[in-house]
Amino acid sequence: MIGVLLCVVAITFVLVRLAPGGPFTSERNLPPHIQEELMKRFNLNGSLLESLATYVGVKRNATGHYSGLLQGDFQPSTKYRGQSVRELIAQTLPVSATLGGIAFLIATTLGVWLGALAAMRHNTIVDTASMFAALAMISIPTFVTGPLLVLVFALWLRWLPVGGWDSVRSLLLPSITLAGPYIAYIARLMRSSMLEVLSQDFVRTAYAKGLTERRTIYRHVLKVAILPVVSFTGPLAANLLTGSIVVERIFNIPGMGPFFINSMLNHDAFLLCGVVIVYCTLLVVIVLATDISYSLLDPRIRLYDE
Amino acid sequence: MNSEAPKLAAPGVWSRLLANRTAVVGMLALAAVILFALAGPAVFHTDPYTTTADQFAWPSAHHFFGTDINGRDVFARVMEGARISLLVGFSGAVISLVVGTAYGMVAGYAGGRTDSIMMRIVEILYAIPRLIIIMLMIFVFDQLAKHAVQNFAGGALVGYTTVFLLVMSLGLIEWLTMARIVRGQVLSLKAQQFVTAARSLGQSHARILVKHLLPNLVGIVIVYLTLTIPAVILDESFLSFLGLGIQPPQASWGTLLSDGSQVVNPIKSYWWLLVFPAAIMSITLLALNFVGDALRDALDPRRKG
Repeated sequence: MIGVLLCVVAITFVLVRLAPGGPFTSERNLPPHIQEELMKRFNLNGSLLESLATYVGVKRNATGHYSGLLQGDFQPSTKYRGQSVRELIAQTLPVSATLGGIAFLIATTLGVWLGALAAMRHNTIVDTASMFAALAMISIPTFVTGPLLVLVFALWLRWLPVGGWDSVRSLLLPSITLAGPYIAYIARLMRSSMLEVLSQDFVRTAYAKGLTERRTIYRHVLKVAILPVVSFTGPLAANLLTGSIVVERIFNIPGMGPFFINSMLNHDAFLLCGVVIVYCTLLVVIVLATDISYSLLDPRIRLYDE
Repeated sequence: MNSEAPKLAAPGVWSRLLANRTAVVGMLALAAVILFALAGPAVFHTDPYTTTADQFAWPSAHHFFGTDINGRDVFARVMEGARISLLVGFSGAVISLVVGTAYGMVAGYAGGRTDSIMMRIVEILYAIPRLIIIMLMIFVFDQLAKHAVQNFAGGALVGYTTVFLLVMSLGLIEWLTMARIVRGQVLSLKAQQFVTAARSLGQSHARILVKHLLPNLVGIVIVYLTLTIPAVILDESFLSFLGLGIQPPQASWGTLLSDGSQVVNPIKSYWWLLVFPAAIMSITLLALNFVGDALRDALDPRRKG
């Protein structure tokens, strides 16, 4: 896990440093010797490998200390002077996490509910309509639904704010926009797995015992049918992470997304690596949590042999 | 498609497909969009790059979809965008198909430790935010490639480096699902007797893979091809929306939607810049998904859609 993270960080770092231009070349008429001095201060003056080693924390920096990722130092940002990457992330991560978390909840609850409904009313108008809606939601990217929702709910109806991040009301449109396609994915997954479960023997047994439909579904069917959805939560988290970059831009939300894009354009290697580390860590943790909850839900699956 | 293809697909696939109304509608819509993209410029004679003083003109008989901030005809730009987006979508999906099928076949056929290592790699790749890494790669390599092309091949080719990079990199991130599916299929196929028979007749592994296993995979691979195309088109538009994909003045659906979403603001909303590209793109993706789903149902009689 740590290995994967370090690999991703190394790739990111090397790629940014490979890109033509440096973190200070775009600034107005900085004399070369000042640029050089700046590079030295940020420990970027050596070769690619040297600066990477310093950044990771296995090589002494200019002041003769080990101070890198391994020591928990994320370095200062080269663009936003006087602010460390740690501070910048600490300010923006809660915003992104809130947005992603709410979208995650909306996507899973609404998706499971819609899918289960469609499966239970199989081959009726409810089924067809909800599956058509799901396919439509998958086919329309969030950067279309976002502005369209703004157009309708914020500009024409004036119910909700256009963007920003100041009240609970301003949370609503972005999280729905972000969750939209994943509601649809989950609904489709849930429907097909539910249809499969409904045709199994134990469901017939449950009905034969005289259980009501409600009790059968809640006590027996849902528990099994939800498994594919649980295993989808890993990829879901990954998609929500990248999706939030777009949604944050559409709704002017002060999250981590803009930093990711800007730090790339500014060659701000430290900030970019910091953001990538956060994204990767989140993802790895979520995937692990998914695996564990999967084995808890389904007794047939064992994480370890025997 | 080689001449063997029809007999490779299970019998009755066509009739089952044609019996599915949504699939037929999807195929017709798809054909219409492709025709629109390819033949459109020859019919309507509008240029997507000519700027006029006619800023933000409403949709009219002269400009079907109105004009944008530079007075360019949105109809022509949507056509241009369709060409690039479809090109990127199709070729990216084909690359993912080649990589995914090869990887999945080798993993499934080799089995044992090779298989588990190869599949572990796929799992790891699933767990890193690929699109984020891809964005970075495109950003870096695009600049390097532009530099190189400018030096060696002159300025004319510079505009195409981004398209090329997009196709390559999107193809390289969308192959994971394909690899998994192909591997599963190969695992069950290789246990069947015709593989044992071929083996006992002394055929090489390579020959078995190409001659015996590959034809049996065509169906499932085509299904996932149709489902990968919309995914790649979406990824491309996502990147273009963030300004990392197709660069102006070239247009793709992503850049058009990006322009369109920026002019929806409280002061004045030029809705046609958003609605028309969005509609065409959504219709295409919807049609592709319809056809893909229907193909999957048609190829697998156990699934009743």
